[in-house]
Amino acid sequence: MGEVRNRFKWIHNEFALLSIVMVAVLVLMAVLNPVRFFRIGNLQTMAFQLPELGLLSLGMMVIMLTGGINLSIIASANLSGIIAALVLHALAPPETFAGSGLGVTLIAVVAAVAAGLVVGLANGALVAYVGVSPILATLGMMTLLGGVNIVMTKGYVISGFPSAFLFIGNGTILGVPFPLLIFAGASAVVGLIMERTPFGLEVYMLGTNETATRYSAVSVPRVLIRSYVISGVLAAVAAMVMISRFNSAKSGYGESYLLVTILAAVLGGTSVYGGFGKITGLVLALVILQMVSSGLNLLQVNAFLTQAIWGMILVAVMIGQFYRVKAAARIR
Amino acid sequence: MRRLMQRHETYVFLAVVALTIVVTALNPNFFTMENFLDILKSCSFLGIMAIGVLVVLISGGVDISFTAVATVGQYVMAVVITRYTGNIALAFAIAIAIGLVLGLINAALIYFFNIPTIIVSIGTLNVFYGLLIVFSGGKWIYTLPEWFRKFAETRVFTLFNSNGIPYGLSIVTLIWIFVIVLAALILRYTVLGRSLYAVGGCGFDKGPAERAGINIFRVQVFVYTFMGFTAGVAGVVQALLVQTVAPNSIVGKELNVIAAVVLGGASLAGGAGTIVGTLLGVFLLAILSNGLTLMRVPSYWYDVVIGLVILTSVSASALQQRRKGKRAIAVEDAQHG
Repeated sequence: MGEVRNRFKWIHNEFALLSIVMVAVLVLMAVLNPVRFFRIGNLQTMAFQLPELGLLSLGMMVIMLTGGINLSIIASANLSGIIAALVLHALAPPETFAGSGLGVTLIAVVAAVAAGLVVGLANGALVAYVGVSPILATLGMMTLLGGVNIVMTKGYVISGFPSAFLFIGNGTILGVPFPLLIFAGASAVVGLIMERTPFGLEVYMLGTNETATRYSAVSVPRVLIRSYVISGVLAAVAAMVMISRFNSAKSGYGESYLLVTILAAVLGGTSVYGGFGKITGLVLALVILQMVSSGLNLLQVNAFLTQAIWGMILVAVMIGQFYRVKAAARIR
Repeated sequence: MRRLMQRHETYVFLAVVALTIVVTALNPNFFTMENFLDILKSCSFLGIMAIGVLVVLISGGVDISFTAVATVGQYVMAVVITRYTGNIALAFAIAIAIGLVLGLINAALIYFFNIPTIIVSIGTLNVFYGLLIVFSGGKWIYTLPEWFRKFAETRVFTLFNSNGIPYGLSIVTLIWIFVIVLAALILRYTVLGRSLYAVGGCGFDKGPAERAGINIFRVQVFVYTFMGFTAGVAGVVQALLVQTVAPNSIVGKELNVIAAVVLGGASLAGGAGTIVGTLLGVFLLAILSNGLTLMRVPSYWYDVVIGLVILTSVSASALQQRRKGKRAIAVEDAQHG
């Protein structure tokens, strides 16, 4: 059996498996569309698109590690985005404002992050103290925030932001897109928190076995609340990138991202039952999904077909995981 | 009386009564037979799907793909009856058949690959809906056959209001009642229905139910094909109500339906939930939306109110559950200590 175990060991290494898939997708794109795919313009577009989805997926993944799911993440991001947009419009009206608006931008970002924090606290309190299941708590929150977003904007688009704010989503530093730097920073921080701190360990423990965690003298409510706060803050940061790229905020932006954030986490090896999953896996999964998405876009595939393909990939990945778990059980 | 006070349905019923009194006080037009029959007609579409969602929740699953199933069933039905002729029975047969097949796909993925139901249905929602839009080109169908319109206007009995305008119990409501009775009979009087509660009560590990001799596969197939059946019926009913088929008119309503069922006391953990509760949940949301309109509240406040109602309701039942759990532990401690 030892031989079998060695030969199939790579299957159990998420990183190796995902790297192989990534190379395969890269080769496929090279064959299908060699000229346009590797053009600098396309690579840069990909580097600008990946971060907002990436930040949202990080926020989803943190909650999935606890064994929950955060269905309110998009609505929460939109709330942060709209609040930032309202602050920007109040302090720097697009018709009259002339400067770059660095100070205003900072205030707007702080307001947005504060909103994300409050949403995270509310979700966390509902799940941790009231004992509502994460699906229901975040579902109710999603409806509520969706409503609040419409009430705040009356369904209209808020557009036109100062140049300093636009830099968040569109600027580059030494040729590297600024959103990509934000995403790299955020994933490094979240990675360190999750994999190098006692809190991170507690999150993985909680996702694996809640009862055992409780008996290990870990305050489960505190871990849950912190996780939801991290998720809310990441949604707020994603919103900054998103509304800056669109140069506008509105309720209902990015609703199709919900499926893809779950898909990215699952593809990256995060267990939907919680307790397993690494940030490196998520990052690789995001790169793969972005390449597939750009590739399909270059091939001028219908957006709804792409949506159907995401659904199929999600189901396929889950089937793949089922067989991997089965194979692992057999080897043991 | 004590037992009645412990039931979730009692509180939902009291909420419905309280809401009715408030809305009537603000607008007497609300408390009329005509308005009630109208509500019964307009919420039959969500009400039919709510029955399917109830069955799924009892079994311990969550389905959000049913709106896509209803859309696909409705669209194919509309294409067939407008291109070739047909009758109302054929219309229902087509939509229901599609519902059953798509439900079977969900059941197979859930049973054979052990995928969490919410993940499966997030996936299939996008596959079903995405492919429908690709194949249909997102085109609306405006001109439905004459007999289809006539059928929708059929009344079981007819009354006249003070202005002499006829109103009555719509045939659409009768279809809803039929689905309710069917589900009630299955849940209460069949082995399959009873085993549904057992499977749902097990939580994630279905071992105990299996050892009790329940065929889990058969239960899952029933649950998701029944969901498909109700989605198919609801698809036709929605087309009857609005007389236009738009591929994007149903998808997005899944959370409203789940909200109604959860308000009615069904638990996402499975094993709990009643038809009476579900109907009360549907009425509560319907009266709320009807009442908000009658009170001239701008429509964009609707989601805020619904969101607050959902959060309040799920919090209340979670706290109640928790108190029950604590009492059980206390009793156990008393027995052992």
